[in-house]
Formats: sequence, structure tokens, C-alpha cells
Amino acid sequence: MIRRRETPKRKQSTRSSRTGVLNQLAAWLQHHRLSAADSLMRVIESPAASLLTWLVIGIALALPVGLNVALDNVSQVSNGWDSPAQISLFLQDGAADDAVRELEAELAARQDVTASRFISREEALEEFRELSGFADVLANLEENPLPNLVLVTPEATLDEPAVLALRAELEEHSDIAEAVLDMEWLQRLNTLMELSRRIVLAVGGMLVIGVLLILGNTIRLAIESRRDEIVIVKLVGGSNGFVRRPFLYTGLWYGVGGGVLAAILVSGALWFLEEPIANLALLYESAFYLSGLGVMGALNLVILGGLLGLGGAWLAVSRHLVHIEPQ
Amino acid sequence: MITFDRVSKRYAEGHDALREISLHIDSEDFAFLTGHSGAGKSTLLRLIMLMERPSRGQVIVNGQDLAAVRPRGIPKLRRDIGVVFQNHRLLFDRTVFDNVALPLVIAGYEHREIGRRVRAALDKVGLLHREWAMPRALSGGEQQRVGIARAVVGKPKILLADEPTGNLDPGLSAEIMNLFEQFNQVGVTVLIASHDLALISRLHHRIITLQQGYLVSGSSQ
Ligand SMILES: Nc1ncnc2c1ncn2[C@@H]1O[C@H](COP(=O)(O)OP(=O)(O)OP(=O)(O)O)[C@@H](O)[C@H]1O
Ligand SMILES: [Mg+2]
Repeated sequence: MIRRRETPKRKQSTRSSRTGVLNQLAAWLQHHRLSAADSLMRVIESPAASLLTWLVIGIALALPVGLNVALDNVSQVSNGWDSPAQISLFLQDGAADDAVRELEAELAARQDVTASRFISREEALEEFRELSGFADVLANLEENPLPNLVLVTPEATLDEPAVLALRAELEEHSDIAEAVLDMEWLQRLNTLMELSRRIVLAVGGMLVIGVLLILGNTIRLAIESRRDEIVIVKLVGGSNGFVRRPFLYTGLWYGVGGGVLAAILVSGALWFLEEPIANLALLYESAFYLSGLGVMGALNLVILGGLLGLGGAWLAVSRHLVHIEPQ
Repeated sequence: MITFDRVSKRYAEGHDALREISLHIDSEDFAFLTGHSGAGKSTLLRLIMLMERPSRGQVIVNGQDLAAVRPRGIPKLRRDIGVVFQNHRLLFDRTVFDNVALPLVIAGYEHREIGRRVRAALDKVGLLHREWAMPRALSGGEQQRVGIARAVVGKPKILLADEPTGNLDPGLSAEIMNLFEQFNQVGVTVLIASHDLALISRLHHRIITLQQGYLVSGSSQ
């Protein structure tokens, strides 16, 4: 019985839908424009409350992003020192010059060694004297305490275990007292960096969830305060989508505003740190400069904020709006 | 246009608001729904616009069996029904114009068309000069007329009103009933719940009487 009633109706509606689709699209776009503008007006009309929401979101986003920018800068520094690794061979005290020459030839013949450089104990002492400023102390020494040294650069294509194996093999050599791989501190740094990245990721994840919940709650309050209006709109035929739209836009505006503030906060912090870091770099004769967020980074932050805003609003809307029905 | 077939409504608390109601209202009819307080008038209207679902029986509105209307379909149904509420239910932070425009905005009318239709509806209820006023600045009768303008602005096929003259003086009540009659004359099916027997018996329309949920008279013309 129901079927029979519906069939002729359906035919009618397909006939008229040719022109209807465009009109509906136009109406849909128009309501999006209206909702977006109306929501923005409401957000702006209570500047204190909105600013507070923006700040909360901005700080929550700025924290992990700021830390991440800092980590990027540190890894930029460590990457500069990354390759190639170097093995220092400290020679036996008694090794004769012939033996040293023999060792150098041996090293040159090896496939897994790119270069080696002999630094005699006298050269080493001279270099140390110049660099350290301990000239007076050193002058008082009766004997040069430094050993002869060969610096070995392993083949760049060698992976970490291969370099470690090379070091162990060289240490076995009878003329070599000790072989030290200068990569260890770098490994430690990299491990530390990896750990920091994960911590930032975890903290960032928690803050993102926090932002979602804060936004969800803000939108929930907005929904509560407009409960009567929602009921009336539903009574005169407003669909759930129609009722939902302004709240989604409210979430979007809160999120976008928070993203903008986060970008400003991160840029501000970097600007604040720029001069001391430049001075520090100068002291270390480094060409290092602080790299900032960039236009794309800032844009991404705003987009991320917007998406979080929409997400939070969606959470609130899907939980609370369906329960508001006319009584 | 509106058909009730042995419809009963029992609220969650176990109270029977409507019992075995069968009635039919033709297209372009004008009918009053009356009865003592608690007789079930509002409940009957709420079933028509799916604010409630019947416990038993079948309601058919505008050729559509309401049992087949899913929640997603309710807005569409309501867009074809104009409703006037006793307590107006206006948006108090919007102008008169915006209140009346609401159904048209929902239906997705074009901007200029909305302006034209809203002014026509306000003109009809004699409130064109108040289009930019806020509802609070209006008297009870004026607010009620804004509600009526909103109910008819979308040119619905059915117009429902629940105590539209509830707390208005007799002169104003008669005026408002006259408005409803005018809409009926242009083809709108009108159903008005009212317990103002003195007023409605003067108007010579069909009167459907409910008593404690039973239909006691007026089931057919
Ligand atoms: N939401 C509800 N939950 C439970 N009972 C209800 C509900 N709405 C109405 N009722 C009961 O159903 C009965 C009919 O109520 P209804 O509002 O339809 O009466 P009415 O004829 O409109 O009365 P009035 O003239 O006072 O408006 C009443 O006894 C009322 O207590
Ligand atoms: Mg009632």
C-alpha cells in the first residue's frame, strides 16, 4: 500500500529535478555562506570569550609545533656533522717509522677505506698547543704525552655494523694500540633526537586530543545556549544538516583562529631566540642560523587548527544535536 | 488531506491521550478541533507533524503514510505544513523579517524571492510596518500574527494552529480567525485546535470534539 502511493510521486519528482538540482545547489551554497557569516559574527561579537578559546587552542598547538621546529634545528646541526664517520687509530708507542709506512700502504690497499692521514705526535702536539691555549703547561712537560695517530675515513657506502666491524678489525693490528670510532657521540645524539621526537609526538597527540575536547565542549555550550532556536528551526522543517551547519562553522572559526595564534606564537618565540642563537653560532664559528616556521608551516598550522575545529564541532554536534527534538 | 485510522496515543507514563481516533479531513477543508483541557487536541496536531508517533493506528497526511516517514524525512514533511503555536515560538534575537523568512531560508529560496514573499506575508497579517522590529517589542497579538505569517509564508498545503487565540481579546481573536479563513479560501487545508467554543460556533465550520482522548463528534462532515 505504501509502495503504491510512492511510485507515481517518484516519477514526478525525477521530471522536475533537472532544474531542481541546480537550484538546490545554489540554495545549499547560499546557506553555507549565511552560516559561515553568521557564525563568524557570533564569534566576533563576544571577543573576550572567543579570544580565550583561541588562546587555549593556539597555545596547545604552538607547544608541540614549537618543539618540533627546535628539534628540526638541532637535527640540522647534527646532520652537518653526520658523515663521514672517522676512525682514529692510536699507534703503539714503539712502532717504528717503517711499520707506520707499511700500515699506511695496507690501509690504502683496502676497499673499505677511502682515505687515511698520518698525524705524527709532534704535529699533534703543535696543533694542540695552538688550539688549546695550554702552551705554557705543555712547555713544562718533559715528554710529549701524545701518541702517533692515523685518521681513517671509511668508505661512505659502509653501513653502521660494517664500520663497527672495520674498527674492531683494525684494533687487532699489532701496531695499533687503540681504534676509536668518532661516531659514538653522534649515535647518542641521534638516539636522543629520536627519543625527543617521540616525546614531542606523544605530547602533541595528547594536546590535539585536548584541543578536540575543548572545542567540542565550547560547541556543546553554544548548542545548549541556542536550544530554543534549534527546536524552532526543526519545527519549521530544518533538516539536521541545516541545524548542524552554523555550529560546524563556529568550530571552524575557533580552530582557524587558534591556528593563526599558534603560528604567531611560534614565530614570536623564534624571533625572540634568533639573536642569542646567532651570537652563539658566531662564537662557535658556525654558519648556523635558526630556520623558522615558514609560510607553508604557518599555513599548515592554520589548516590543522581549522580541521581540529571542524572535528571538535562534529563531535559535539553529532552527540548533542540529535537529542534536541521539539517537545 | 489528513486521515486518522483508529489511532491511539499512549504516552510513556501510560496515559492514553488519544483512543481509537478515526477521522478524515478533505483537501481545502476548514475544521476546528475542540474539547476540554487534556482532551488530546495538541497530541492530535503533534501526530500530524510527527512530533510524536502514534502507539497504534495509521495517520496519512497529504497522501503519505506517516509510519513510512523515517527521521530523515521529517523535515520535508514539516515544510509542507504550516504551524501556529500557542506560545508563538519566535526567535527572540532575530527581527520579525528574519523570523518570517526562516521557512524560506530552510527551503532554500533565493534572496530576492525571500524578501518579496516575506513582505507579502507580513502585509497579509498587517505587520509590514514592523518588519525590522524585534519580537519582544511587539504585543502578544502582534507576535501571534508574526507566527501566522511564518506559518503561511512557504505556501503550505496544510495549516495547523494550536490555540492561536489563546490569550487574545475577543476582537483580536475574531480578526485572527478571519485571517485563517482567508488562507482557507486560497486552497489551504486548515485545522485549528481551540476551546473558545463561543468564538468557533459563530464561524460555521466543521467542529471535531474530543473528550478524554475519544472522538465524540465531527468525525466526518
Ligand atoms: N509529553 C507528554 N508526556 C506525557 N503525557 C502527556 C504529554 N503530553 C500530553 N500528555 C497528556 O496527554 C493528555 C492530552 O494532552 P494534550 O496536550 O493533547 O491535551 P490538550 O487537549 O491539548 O489540552 P490543553 O487544552 O490543555 O492544551 C493530557 O492528559 C496530558 O497530560
Ligand atoms: Mg493543548
